Amino acid sequence: MNPENYIILSAVLFTIGALGVLVRRNAIIVFMSVELMLNAANLAFVAFARMNGNLDGQTVAFFVMVVAAAEVVVGLAIIVTIFRTRRSASIDEPNLLKY
Amino acid sequence: MAPLADAATDVNTGEQIVFWVTAILSVAGALGMILSRKAVHSALWVALTMVNLAILYVANSAPFLGMVQVVVYTGAVMMLFLFVLMVVGVDSSDSLIETIKGQRLASILLILGIGILLVWGIGNAMVESTSVGLDGANDEHGGNVQGIANLIFTQYLLVFELTSALLITAAMGAMVLAHRERWTARPTQRELSEARFTNGSHPGNLPNPGVYARHNAVDTPALLPDGGISDISVPGPVRARGDERSFDRVDIEEVRAISEGETTMPDGER
Repeated sequence: MNPENYIILSAVLFTIGALGVLVRRNAIIVFMSVELMLNAANLAFVAFARMNGNLDGQTVAFFVMVVAAAEVVVGLAIIVTIFRTRRSASIDEPNLLKY
Repeated sequence: MAPLADAATDVNTGEQIVFWVTAILSVAGALGMILSRKAVHSALWVALTMVNLAILYVANSAPFLGMVQVVVYTGAVMMLFLFVLMVVGVDSSDSLIETIKGQRLASILLILGIGILLVWGIGNAMVESTSVGLDGANDEHGGNVQGIANLIFTQYLLVFELTSALLITAAMGAMVLAHRERWTARPTQRELSEARFTNGSHPGNLPNPGVYARHNAVDTPALLPDGGISDISVPGPVRARGDERSFDRVDIEEVRAISEGETTMPDGER
């Protein structure tokens, strides 16, 4: 088994996350799917770092985690704010900008 | 480039077992997140995936990232998700009605295409890849943590500084977004107390049911000082079923007469 299996697993997880973003309509679940995609990318970074034999990939994965944490904080705050005004966490509801 | 036979040298049997177990579990977690209708279940499935990814990081000779994954993702991020789920409402499950016609089918087809493209493309590109392994890089500065620290504080120092700016901005943004402006003065304790009493509700204990010589069950209403019946002394469910004992004034008179010795108790009634 080559470490390429890790890359394929990461591709599968990324694909499932993308499916979740497209199919689910609860904003929080969409957000979890985005997190899953970020994690899949991290797994690819870590596996590539191992295949190339240097730690740059792991460092980048570390920074991705930091950015993901910041993104979660702001995104969840936005979801809570929208929920406060619209009483709903569905991503079909915030359509005020459309009209 | 090393020949193909040497490509798979740094993956031993134990790691293969770990890989297959955690890979299956993490894919199951990801699928469970998509397929479960309740958001809380989705969050728990994602937590499973994150833990398994942490194990995979450790297997990929990244113990530091594995620990960070456990602490940051399963510890902080998923718990934050659960907190927000509690705020937004646990029972906020998805509606299954499609607002855009055919969106679900189209997105599944699209995702199948992306998946085939990624897996097939990677599989093609990696047939001749080699794996150097991280043992050398990890040992260069005395360990994995030291190696990453060396990179962060030399080559990626600017990125690291920018990260701090990003975190401060995110914290400020979250505070601004979650802040609610108070337009009226905060109610005092006196105002709260008055509001509690003036809206017609009964803030204290309800009166007990009546206790009499013949009846003391909860379906017996208590008497008010004017001799009327206190309806709220009977529990609501009993009242709703119509099981409230109808109050018979003759009963009271009879009991009074018996207790004062004016008459004797009629036969057949005990």
